Amino acid sequence: MRIQTSEDLDSIRKRGLQKIQPGRPRIGVGTSSCGIAVGGIALYNRMHKIIQMKNLDISLVKTGCIGFCKEEPIVSVNIPGKALVLLRKVQEDDAERIISLALEGDVPSDLVLCKISDWDHITGNLVYGNGFDTIPEYGEIPFFAHQKKVILRDSGLINPEDIDEYIGIGGYSAAYQALTSMEPDTIIDEVKKSGLRGRGGAGFPAGLKWEITKKAPGEEKYIVCNADEGDPGAYMNRNEMESDPHMLLEGMLIGAFAMGVHEGLIYIRAEYPLAIERLMLALDQARTYGLLGKNIFNTGFDCDIRIATGAGAFVCGESTALAASIEGKTGRPRLRPPRLTEKGVFGKPTDLNNVETWCNVPVIIAKGALWYSSIGAKGNTGTKVFSLVGKVDNIGMVEVPLGTSLHSIIYDIGNGGAQGKEVKAVQTGGPSGGCIPVRLFDTPVDFESLNQVGTMMGSGGLVVMDEDTNMVDIARYFINFASGESCGKCVPCREGLKHMLLILNRIIAGKGTREDLDLLRELADTVQKTSLCGLGQTAPNPVLTTMQYFKEEYDALISSEA
Amino acid sequence: MDEKTLDGIIEKYPYPAGRTLGILREIQLQERHIPMDTLKLVSVKLEVPLSELFALVTFYSFFSLKPVGEHLITVCMGTPCHVKGAEKILETLQGHLGLSGDTQDGKYLQTTPDNLFTVEIARCFGACSMAPVLHVDGDLHGYVTPERIPDILEIYGWKR
Repeated sequence: MRIQTSEDLDSIRKRGLQKIQPGRPRIGVGTSSCGIAVGGIALYNRMHKIIQMKNLDISLVKTGCIGFCKEEPIVSVNIPGKALVLLRKVQEDDAERIISLALEGDVPSDLVLCKISDWDHITGNLVYGNGFDTIPEYGEIPFFAHQKKVILRDSGLINPEDIDEYIGIGGYSAAYQALTSMEPDTIIDEVKKSGLRGRGGAGFPAGLKWEITKKAPGEEKYIVCNADEGDPGAYMNRNEMESDPHMLLEGMLIGAFAMGVHEGLIYIRAEYPLAIERLMLALDQARTYGLLGKNIFNTGFDCDIRIATGAGAFVCGESTALAASIEGKTGRPRLRPPRLTEKGVFGKPTDLNNVETWCNVPVIIAKGALWYSSIGAKGNTGTKVFSLVGKVDNIGMVEVPLGTSLHSIIYDIGNGGAQGKEVKAVQTGGPSGGCIPVRLFDTPVDFESLNQVGTMMGSGGLVVMDEDTNMVDIARYFINFASGESCGKCVPCREGLKHMLLILNRIIAGKGTREDLDLLRELADTVQKTSLCGLGQTAPNPVLTTMQYFKEEYDALISSEA
Repeated sequence: MDEKTLDGIIEKYPYPAGRTLGILREIQLQERHIPMDTLKLVSVKLEVPLSELFALVTFYSFFSLKPVGEHLITVCMGTPCHVKGAEKILETLQGHLGLSGDTQDGKYLQTTPDNLFTVEIARCFGACSMAPVLHVDGDLHGYVTPERIPDILEIYGWKR
């Protein structure tokens, strides 16, 4: 059926809620890529078989990822009227007893992680119930307690392959409101007032970019979602798309309407097959409901969104390279201006936003700019999702208000170094970022503060390094990466990085001299100042920050030879 | 790849945005490399010069012109994998399979003489929580240690 009126939306919402709380036990198995790799799909299949064979009155669904990667596979069990219980590290062999206990209204106590009595989906609120008195609440688990879930509000709780569940917790109601009762300019104003800044790393005000695109001359325009997520160590976007794909589509739909654009593209890495599959499915479902296509909500507005796959080129995160890649060309950046908002995909004005930027839009419309801007810090509103990885104890996907300190993320949420080791530094911003030493962990995570310490927000990878990590090796690792990913168009990046790599190799081999350090710094400065695009301009950051904060490690390698 | 299969793939891409790379991606996934003959056929059908297509498949790391062995092992070289010993994982694999560490045109892709395994590296496939990771024929293996590598290889028919 096509959803045209608010009654239509309401009836689907009721059906969706019925699926989430079906009045019989519901078991959800975390099946995002990581969950699958540690046995999630095998577990799901086993449970499915048991339920079918015995014809049991249990609802079994795939859910996305709740973010506590270390504890995967995570299974949720909801007995009607009782709190939802999360089970951790569930193995295939646990299937039988989880099911039989669920039928008795219980859960296996040895697998329990925590319970959720009620949940704020922001676009809607779900009350599960009480019970299981001895099980700790979600908010009592340190890993969860310090987080604020706005983007990840549905992740791990709803079935990402069923649009009804997304609508069930209030999904697409913001789009309905925007398209049927808001002026496009009011929407743009609201996004501007919210203070939302681009989550791809640069932090450009999203509403302003929308406004510029809207005002750009021309009938045919594009909106594009950057889902290329090229930073090694970052997988937030993959998770967002695998766990809650409709959130992205709804954000893009609202944006398209606000800018008066009828064509949306999601540029996604080929390395994310499951995210592509779930997005394809989500697009089909949205089209079936008339949420994409012609005459959406009977307003006369047409819009469709399609997928364009990347093919493994880090440089395609740069906007002009990305546009070229969509056009089927090699991803080589060109000089800006003209910016994409003026001359983008196929020469048409194009608004390019990161996955997470789009994902913020539905809640901004649903709850208003004032509500949104009360989260985070001044000039850095909202939350940000990070992948907290590397040598940290609690590995996972974490979401915190902007302005939260690195210390809080790494120690309160991450529980410090893995295996009791001392944390030495954290690397943010991928190959464009830098390494921050532990003594600067009071630094608030916001766009400006990170720049001040020589790194950048980037897309949100936080790679923790401990006492065993050699920082010179890390610098070499990133230069090797950037040098390999350089598109080769401009000399400073192509040649400069190569020579920085040679020098670093020499230093690590114990054959470096003092002059090498000077030359390395000089080259870094030149590459930074004279490269054509962001890849080259930021590539020296890992070298510069490690030379600044971990000079003794460079010195040690030099002096050992001397 | 026969012409009919290729036509089927091309039909799925009626719009220009994302078309060329989308088609090449599907060929890569089905054939596990881009056969030169297929590339020539794509050139004719899309009316894109072969030189341009060649530029694409050599620019983007997802594509490979070289055929791969029966099982394709991709070792992730992302930052979290790096700090957790991906280098050692790759070396151990090379040791067991008797492969060299040589790269060609900036790309690492080596196949065993019996054509059973090909080993390649990837920048990062976003499975960082389980670092170090590798995948074999698309199946993800996480928390890999050098000691576990023989067990993983045995699943795919390797003999100690």
